[in-house]
Amino acid sequence: MNYLDALVMHGPRLWDGLLLTLQLTVVSGLLAFVVAVVLGLMAGSTKLLVRLPARIIIEFFRGTSLLVQLMWLFYVLPLFGPSLGAMLVAIFALTLNYGAYGAEAVRASLTSVPQGQWEATAALSMSWPHKMRRIIFPQAWALMLPSLTNLWVHLLKGSSIVYIIGMSEFTFELLQLRRTTDWLFALAIVGLVVYFIIALVLTQLMRLFEARSKYKLGRGPSLKEILSPVLTNKISPADEPAAVAPGGAR
Amino acid sequence: MPTPTDAKPAMPVIEFRDVEKQFDTKTVLKELNFTIERGERVTLIGPSGSGKTTILRLVMTLEGLTDGYIYIDGAPLVYEQRDGKRVPVSKRQQKLLTTRIGMVFQQFNLFPNMTVLENIIEAPIHVLGINKRDAIDRAHQLLEKVGLPDKTDAHPTALSGGQQQRVAIARALAMDPEILLLDEVTSALDPEVVVDVLQVLRDVAATTDVTMLIVTHEMSFARDVSHRVMMLDGGKIIESADPETIFTNPAKERTKKFLAAVLRDA
Repeated sequence: MNYLDALVMHGPRLWDGLLLTLQLTVVSGLLAFVVAVVLGLMAGSTKLLVRLPARIIIEFFRGTSLLVQLMWLFYVLPLFGPSLGAMLVAIFALTLNYGAYGAEAVRASLTSVPQGQWEATAALSMSWPHKMRRIIFPQAWALMLPSLTNLWVHLLKGSSIVYIIGMSEFTFELLQLRRTTDWLFALAIVGLVVYFIIALVLTQLMRLFEARSKYKLGRGPSLKEILSPVLTNKISPADEPAAVAPGGAR
Repeated sequence: MPTPTDAKPAMPVIEFRDVEKQFDTKTVLKELNFTIERGERVTLIGPSGSGKTTILRLVMTLEGLTDGYIYIDGAPLVYEQRDGKRVPVSKRQQKLLTTRIGMVFQQFNLFPNMTVLENIIEAPIHVLGINKRDAIDRAHQLLEKVGLPDKTDAHPTALSGGQQQRVAIARALAMDPEILLLDEVTSALDPEVVVDVLQVLRDVAATTDVTMLIVTHEMSFARDVSHRVMMLDGGKIIESADPETIFTNPAKERTKKFLAAVLRDA
């Protein structure tokens, strides 16, 4: 089989596999973020009745393997009742698994917001939702982003595991193609490069979020400055943090 | 603004009754009883660890109360007596009382995710429900008062320590507190800006009738603005008198020794 024939035959399937991988990464990633914030806030509560359920969910999904969770949800759960489709199972398992890890990152960054900030909100009699939304979370956000970025890249790569419940994502299709051709080396390179590029896009995107959140805390340049190379060369934020006052654009 | 006629004359604005505070097993305050009258400015002095800051933090409900009662305008702040039992007051009641209390911290604690103006108007708008335009007008007046009218849109990180502290004072005043707690507000500042911050506070003292409870190591400031000075040692008030008496002719030997030590350093 020559290259062209093989690509014509397998190209569309490889493309579909890639789209599925991206779908899982983006949808589960966003849902996992919501789960992480909710569980993280609950886990940081001083009330046992709020904290305990969060801890149980976090420990369960962190402590059991994603592979086994997928098997349970897809093969065992239907024996007792509901049969969820493979897509739903995959999203559900990825979301809770990575959401549980993310929850720890959220909780840790909330506790890293200086005590003085919490006390200042108390001295101004702010309610819990108010202080969280306006004061504490925006500061914790800058702290949690690097960990969340890491987890998202993990999720991207970890998503290949859904092949065990019969989902044809990118890695699966790559292996299929390998079986029908002898291009082991070429395909292995493609696998590396594609995952690397997706991961690179994710991390760069998250970097921008991180830069924006730091700028809002008065540390570092604005997005405008980062995205325009001329300006970034002029202002070096690492040297003069105090000089970087936000402009009028906020 | 309350006037002497509409305030109940006998009701102290702050009352501590048999207050005890322990951290783990360490007793910081013990059988503490005192009252502060409306409009009174009281300074707490004493060696470190004597419990001065803890008293302020108890009034602001930043610390739990181990035993005893605290009353604000006669209303219980943390615990109340009901059918002979000591029970916690409702969150609602506590919030109602704490909105009348403002605090300025040693470390300023401005919100870094907001500009100076946003720092000042945030709580008046969202906690007191004041409309935004009024809150902004008031913030401008207060920034004028603390000598920073041109820093409205500045970011806290772009301000010096002394400027940050003056914004923090404006932020506390924007809530129109009946009681202002000042916790070592100049201790984290460079000596040359301490004067500016103290001048702002002297001005507040001279132009408002806000009740002040002050912890400071600035003895001349304490002497100038206080109606009364309370000397703490080992979690107890050992002497309480007008500043003139405390600073020139204290009754207790312990007070004399403490003042000799701090005034020699100054």
